[in-house]
Formats: sequence, C-alpha cells, structure tokens
Amino acid sequence: MSYGLGILKGMSVTLKQFVESYTKKGSIVTVQYPEERREDVERFRNFPILVYDEKPEAPRCVACDICAKECPPKCITIVRDRDEQGRGLQKPKVFDIDLSVCMSCGICEEVCPFDAIFMDHQFELSAYDRMESLNYHQEKLLKPNSYLHQIRPTDATQIDAKLKAKEEAKKKTQPGTTA
Amino acid sequence: MERLDQLFVLLKKIILQFAESFLPAPLLPFLSILVSITAIAIFAPLTMMYLTWLERKVIGRMQNRFGPNRVGIYGLLQPIADGIKMLTKEDVIPLGADRVTHFLAPVAVVVPSLLLFSVLPFGRNMTAVNLDIGLLFFIAVSSIGTLAIFMGGWASRNKFSLLGAMRAFAQMISYEVPLVLSVVTVVMIVGSLSTEKIVEAQSGWGGLRWFVFTPWGFVGFMLFFICSVSEVNRTPFDIPEGESEIVAGFHTEYSGMKFALFYMAEFLGAFAYSAMAATLFLGGWQGPLLPSWLWFGLKTFCLVFTMIWLRGTFPRFRVDQLMSYAWKFLFPMGLSNILAAGIWYHTPFPLSFIFATWILLLSFIGLSRLNPTGTRLERRTYRFAE
Ligand code: SF4
Ligand code: SF4
Repeated sequence: MSYGLGILKGMSVTLKQFVESYTKKGSIVTVQYPEERREDVERFRNFPILVYDEKPEAPRCVACDICAKECPPKCITIVRDRDEQGRGLQKPKVFDIDLSVCMSCGICEEVCPFDAIFMDHQFELSAYDRMESLNYHQEKLLKPNSYLHQIRPTDATQIDAKLKAKEEAKKKTQPGTTA
Repeated sequence: MERLDQLFVLLKKIILQFAESFLPAPLLPFLSILVSITAIAIFAPLTMMYLTWLERKVIGRMQNRFGPNRVGIYGLLQPIADGIKMLTKEDVIPLGADRVTHFLAPVAVVVPSLLLFSVLPFGRNMTAVNLDIGLLFFIAVSSIGTLAIFMGGWASRNKFSLLGAMRAFAQMISYEVPLVLSVVTVVMIVGSLSTEKIVEAQSGWGGLRWFVFTPWGFVGFMLFFICSVSEVNRTPFDIPEGESEIVAGFHTEYSGMKFALFYMAEFLGAFAYSAMAATLFLGGWQGPLLPSWLWFGLKTFCLVFTMIWLRGTFPRFRVDQLMSYAWKFLFPMGLSNILAAGIWYHTPFPLSFIFATWILLLSFIGLSRLNPTGTRLERRTYRFAE
C-alpha cells in the first residue's frame, strides 16, 4: 500500500535520466560508429592473417596443414608448394581462408606450431559479392611482422623473443650445419 | 495580441473572402467546412509523424541513447523516411483471412480517430464543429476504434490476433466506465456537453481557473488521464499488443501501410485524448499572456509527453492486475468523485472544498487499503491430479 508513491518514484528515475542525457556529459553510452570509434583493444580478434618476416615470398607458414585440420568450420584450404622435381617445399602454394565461413574462434592461431598465423584487428570486411571477394587468398592474408607489432605489441615482442631463443638453441645443438 | 490569438481564424476568413469573389453564395458554407477539414487532414498526419519522432527521441534519452539522429538534423526527417519505407513494403494478406474485413479494419480504426479532432477546441473560436453534444460525440466516436481493432483481429485468422483483439475489447470496455464517470463530473458542474462551453466555464482568475485545481477536478483529471492511456493501448496498458506474449496482438498480420494506419490511430488517439483532458480539466485554451492556441498546444504537449514518459518507465500490466485496477479501484473512485462533485455544487465555498477533499481522501485511502498490492503466493493444492 504505497498509495501510488512507487509510481512517482519510478517516474522520477526516468526523468532524471532524461534530463541528465542533455546536461551531463558521458551519460549517453552510444558510440556513433562511423564518426566515432572505440579505442582499439590489443586482445581484439576477428580474422586471421599470415605473417612473414622479410619478404612475402617466404612466409613463416610451412604448410603443415595443422590449422586447416583444427579449424572447426573447415574454412582453411592449404596446398603445399612443390619444386620442379615435385618435391614438397616448406611453404604453401595456396592458402585460402573463407571469411564467410570463419567464425573468428582463433583456434588456428593457437594451434600453429610455427607462429605463422595471427588474428587481426580489422573488422570492416564487408564486400559486394559473397563468393570471390570473401575468399581471402594468400596475397591478401600476408602481412609483415611489423604490422603485427603495430596491432599487438605485447604478443609480437613475446613471440619474437621465443623465435629467437629457438633459433639459438638450434644453433647450439647443430653447430656444424649452421656454420 | 488579439491578431495573434485569432491568427488561424483570420486566415480562414481571408480564404473565404477570397473565394466569395468567384464562388456562388450557396457553396460558401461547404467551402468553410472544406477549409476546416483540410486543416485537420494536414494537421493530424503531421502530428502523428512527429509524435513518433518525439516518442523515439524521448524514450531513447530516458534509456541513455540518442534516438533517431541520422536522417536530417536531430533525425527530423526520420518520420518521412519511415513513411516511404512503409509505403514501399509488401502488403501481405494471410491466406485464410477474411479479405474485406481485413482491408477495412485499418481504415475503420483511423477514421474515428480523425473524427475526434473535429470537436477539439484548438483555441478561441477554433473548434471545427461546435456541437452541442461535443463531449458525447467524442466518447461515442472514440469507442468505435475498439470495434475496428476487433475487426482486424478477427479477420486475420490468427490466434495471436484474435487473442489481442479479445484483450483489447475486455480492456477498453472496462476502462471506458471510469473514463465516462470522470467526465460526468465536468458535465455536472458545467451543465453542458459542448466543449466550447466547458472551456468557457473555466475562465476567470486571469485564465487559471482550471477544474484541475478543485478536489473533484484533480481526481477526475487523474482518472481521465489513466483511462485514456488505457483507451489508446499504450504502455503500461498495452496488453492487446503485448510483444512478449502475443507477437503484436491484433495487428500481427498487418504489414506496410495498413500497419502504419494502426499506429497512426494509436498516436492520433493519444493526441486527441490528451487534448480532451486539457479541455476538460486544464482549462482548454484558457491561460494568461500567450495566445490561446499556443496554450492549448502546450497543455496537450505536456500530457502527450507524460504518456511517452509513462511508456519509458513502466513494464506492462498483467491481465488480472489490469482488470482489478479498473473495476476495484478506478470505478469506485469515479463514483465517489461524482458524489464529491455533487456536494461541491450544492454547498457554499469553504465547506464544499473541505467536504469534497475529505470524501476523496478517505475513499482513496480506503480503496488503496482494500486493494492489496504485491502477490501473495499460496501453496497450490491439486484435488484430482496426483
Ligand atoms: S599457418 Fe601454421 S598451422 Fe597453418 S599450415 Fe601454416 S604453419 Fe601450419
Ligand atoms: S579463426 Fe577459427 S574458424 Fe577462422 S580460420 Fe581460424 S580456426 Fe578457422
């Protein structure tokens, strides 16, 4: 038995919000997207890219096919490159990821034993046709290591250190081959 | 000042004088009617369009959003964009529907809500049709809308539509009773059903002698306003179209412009009822300083804003709460309000004020106590199951 006072209380709450939305800065939470943007978060992930160290012809990827096998919706297609004699090379000839199928899970990044594939921050990926322009080929996926440093500095530094340590260890165990 | 006050009346006069030069005399009354109709026919859809804009804007702000702000500055062209969208949409008629009734329902729902505008006194000498029974006309015509809603719900051949229509019927008939009871007090005091006369009866005190400042007027205003929110199916009384329960209620099967017509009827109804509440209890166009039509617009706007505000604040009633609120609270309150108005009319001033206030206060407290709030949960026992 509040004699209708609860109604007044409720209405005062909404009125307060209404007035504050004009007077108090920051009380409206909407981000006006194309003009305003949220700050980029390092851990944000959307769609994978392939990383190369020096030149795009020599990507880190060795075409081991692990990511393609682990990818839950099976959207990665990898064909190993071969030389003239037909021997397998340690790089992919075809590396396609279908954006329309990818579910941005990031499992490919997690399973890759060669730290070759990473999740990108780019999210404005819409296109006018849904077949060819959404099937990302190797050329479109390849990005330099410096780009990774730009979007994910912490991760990139850690990975660089790890790769370097690996390299050193390799040198120590097989001194003859690298000399 | 006088000129400004009579701006629209003068405008009409000028048009008529201009027409006199080439039209035969017997046609002039028809032209006069036509001018008023045109004014209403332009004013009503415009009101509806910008009420939708206002509603989205205000509710958005209450929920810490911007509301429409993309089409035009402050989203002012949004209603036009919506109109184009509605017009170009496919018009679907369900296979099993009663085609003729299905088609007629949206028309039948808009026409009465447009007719309501004819008896509203928009300003001094600005009632389109000054009927002697204006108030009766208003109440009678506004209940035709209920029938149209039932037509729509029935003709759609859809269980959600039918359920919505049934709910609409039950709700509107229940709330019509306290609505009329609250209006009766005004008729008792003024002694006339003409809207012009009712406004004139509230003149004095520098234009502030509104009925809402009397005890019976205040209670009558509250009752009228609550019931009118219910009559136009707006939140918290929107069970006929409760989205979370029955899709969209009676207009589930409507699309495109027909759907927009139902919406239009709702908004026009909201405006007309607010205007009527302003006429009956807030002194209509009476008010100091400002021109009469501006006063009227201002009062109506405040009431419409309150309706939107209510929608931004409250969840929907449950069906049983809705019914018991109408029959167990509003109805007896309306009856005791009539008693208070009668006593007010027959006793000299200070006594009448004291008596009326006490009667209303006691019945308000008594009825609040008799209507327990909150749910009392009891253990449910089954006799036959188990
Ligand atoms: S991206 Fe990594 S896991 Fe996938 S094929 Fe290349 S090296 Fe193997
Ligand atoms: S993010 Fe997930 S779905 Fe997308 S390519 Fe990698 S593993 Fe496949």
